[in-house]
Amino acid sequence: MKLTRIAQLGAVTAVAALALAGCAANESTAGQTSAPDTGPALSGTLSGIGASSMGAAQEAWIAAFQTDNPDVTVNYAAEGSGAGREGFQAGAADFAGSDRAFTLDEIAAGPFDGCAADSGILQLPLYISPIAVIFNLEGIDSLNLDADTIAAIFAGTITNWSDPRIAEQNPDVELPDLGITAVHRSDDSGTTENFTDYLFQAAPSVWTWEPDGNWPATPVPGEAAAQTSGVVAAVSGGNGTIGYADASRAGDLGTVALKVGSEYVPFTPEAAAAIVDASPLESGRESYDIAVELDRTSEAQGVYPIVLISYTIACETYADAAAAALVTPYLEYISSPAGQDAAAAGTGSAPISDELRSKVDAAIALIS
Amino acid sequence: MTTTAPARSQPKATLRLGDRVFSRTAVAAGLMILVTLAAVAIFLILRSIPAFGATSEDASILPAGENFWGYVWPLVFGTVWAAALALVIATPLSIGIALFISHYAPRRLASTLGYIVDLLAAVPSVVFGLWGILVLAPAVQPIYSWLVENAGWFPLFAGPVSATGRTILTAAIVLAVMILPIMTAICREVFLQTPVLHEEAALALGATRWEMIRTAVLPFGRSGIISAGVLGLGRALGETMAVAMVLSATPGLVSFALLQSANPQTIAANIALSFPEAYGVNINVLIATGLILFVVTFAVNAFARWIVSRRREFSGAN
Repeated sequence: MKLTRIAQLGAVTAVAALALAGCAANESTAGQTSAPDTGPALSGTLSGIGASSMGAAQEAWIAAFQTDNPDVTVNYAAEGSGAGREGFQAGAADFAGSDRAFTLDEIAAGPFDGCAADSGILQLPLYISPIAVIFNLEGIDSLNLDADTIAAIFAGTITNWSDPRIAEQNPDVELPDLGITAVHRSDDSGTTENFTDYLFQAAPSVWTWEPDGNWPATPVPGEAAAQTSGVVAAVSGGNGTIGYADASRAGDLGTVALKVGSEYVPFTPEAAAAIVDASPLESGRESYDIAVELDRTSEAQGVYPIVLISYTIACETYADAAAAALVTPYLEYISSPAGQDAAAAGTGSAPISDELRSKVDAAIALIS
Repeated sequence: MTTTAPARSQPKATLRLGDRVFSRTAVAAGLMILVTLAAVAIFLILRSIPAFGATSEDASILPAGENFWGYVWPLVFGTVWAAALALVIATPLSIGIALFISHYAPRRLASTLGYIVDLLAAVPSVVFGLWGILVLAPAVQPIYSWLVENAGWFPLFAGPVSATGRTILTAAIVLAVMILPIMTAICREVFLQTPVLHEEAALALGATRWEMIRTAVLPFGRSGIISAGVLGLGRALGETMAVAMVLSATPGLVSFALLQSANPQTIAANIALSFPEAYGVNINVLIATGLILFVVTFAVNAFARWIVSRRREFSGAN
């Protein structure tokens, strides 16, 4: 008797707790860096699809934006860059996130169903994330390596940590006589594409494979791991392993300082933003199509060449004016210092520099 | 002279509303299964057609110079090899556990052990994947090193050994742990069904406990063991997340080596890893590999059923 009554009470409480938990709206308490309030209250739904590399940053931006504009719901589906570009072209998404910009041929061919007939396509590099080369050697936190050495390690021509090519760049470090295991991504990924692009540009005599999201099959394979977390787990779990992953996940693994010009640069958010500024924009594009052609061989002071740029893609003129009314303040927030700092705090990305911001803001002003 | 009375016609059974509703519902449920299976098969076939004739210009996922069949053959090899290894590891274990539960253990221990094995089936496959990369792989890596050093002449144990232990053998061990509960449950049920008369007859003729099991229980349960094996194999062939996380795979590789870093990839893990960034004809190619997996599983099931039907008259199911 007593047991059933208690059990009934417990069951009602559990059901009530579960049901009421669903009532919570998408709001975050505690003071956040909030966007300045501009104009009348916004309302509606905004949907975006795109790269998972930007996923965590988008979550931070969405949380802050929805706190300031409680009647707006922003959804970002991190289904991948390919899905994002396709969804944007089909008009299913108001904005897209992609690890590479649309090529000029793709823009000319279209169609872009969410945009008005002869609208341009805005491509804004709003998420810059350094990619760290991580390794696991006992007692060693940092190594200096140049591009040729790194390429040789990942191509399988250098197989031992005590190789003279590594030792001569690190005279103060005691390198063990241990075999090198190179870890790469097993899934198609923007991180791989940017890393192989660096190797291809900076060490073309050693790394002869075209940059691609899939690791090339022909070099000595090394280990393959699924996603950033898999690579970090594989590098942490082995001894003498080396891999590449988004810098925010490097944790306390050892990292490599890359040779730029005559000095060795470790990864920092400022150095990552610096390479974007030091690189030219792709030619033949409109002023609002800010596709950066990363110059990974740049010898400018203090740049870190292995970065991943995730573009936010929007229409210049939307077919639906309501979408434009929501996309514009959202993108303005993302490019603002507050937004960039929110992403940097949450994901370790590099906030964009002021000169890039002025170009981005000029482009956003064209949205209608 | 005997006369046979004319066969009386069967009296017609009275059909009430309840009977009609029940029989129609049962028929509908049966048809629903067939319809669902047909729908899945039609979806797979229709979406795969563009992939069969694709070249690497149409579908960037195909390596240069290869067509779809060159792409899918190493994946089929990897899938079947990993599943076969898992089955080889799991079958003796599950038969042993089932025999222990049904014939050797005291009653209370038997029911507790049965409960724990069933609980293993409730663990999600992602959790198995995490356990594989974080616990199992580092734990078996020293064993692999030892094997490569001392038994490296054997082709399966050829070096160079993987530094992290994430090889196809590790993936097979994880798969074996995953298919163990279902195989054990079926074997246990079948062994418990052995007619007590057969067992007592064997014991009365002077057999020891093991001889009794060997002569009375195992032959009776043979078709059950084979069904258990087929179910386990089906699960191992299709297992996605655990393999995708644990296995360090090189696409396009066909190799029997168990302890190296370069391993063949399985179809399901390949789809899981490649799908998020796939677009256009690449999606068709991935769905076509799914169709091939469907066909392989179907063929394996049909083969196993044929084996069972050949021995039908000896199986204890009659």
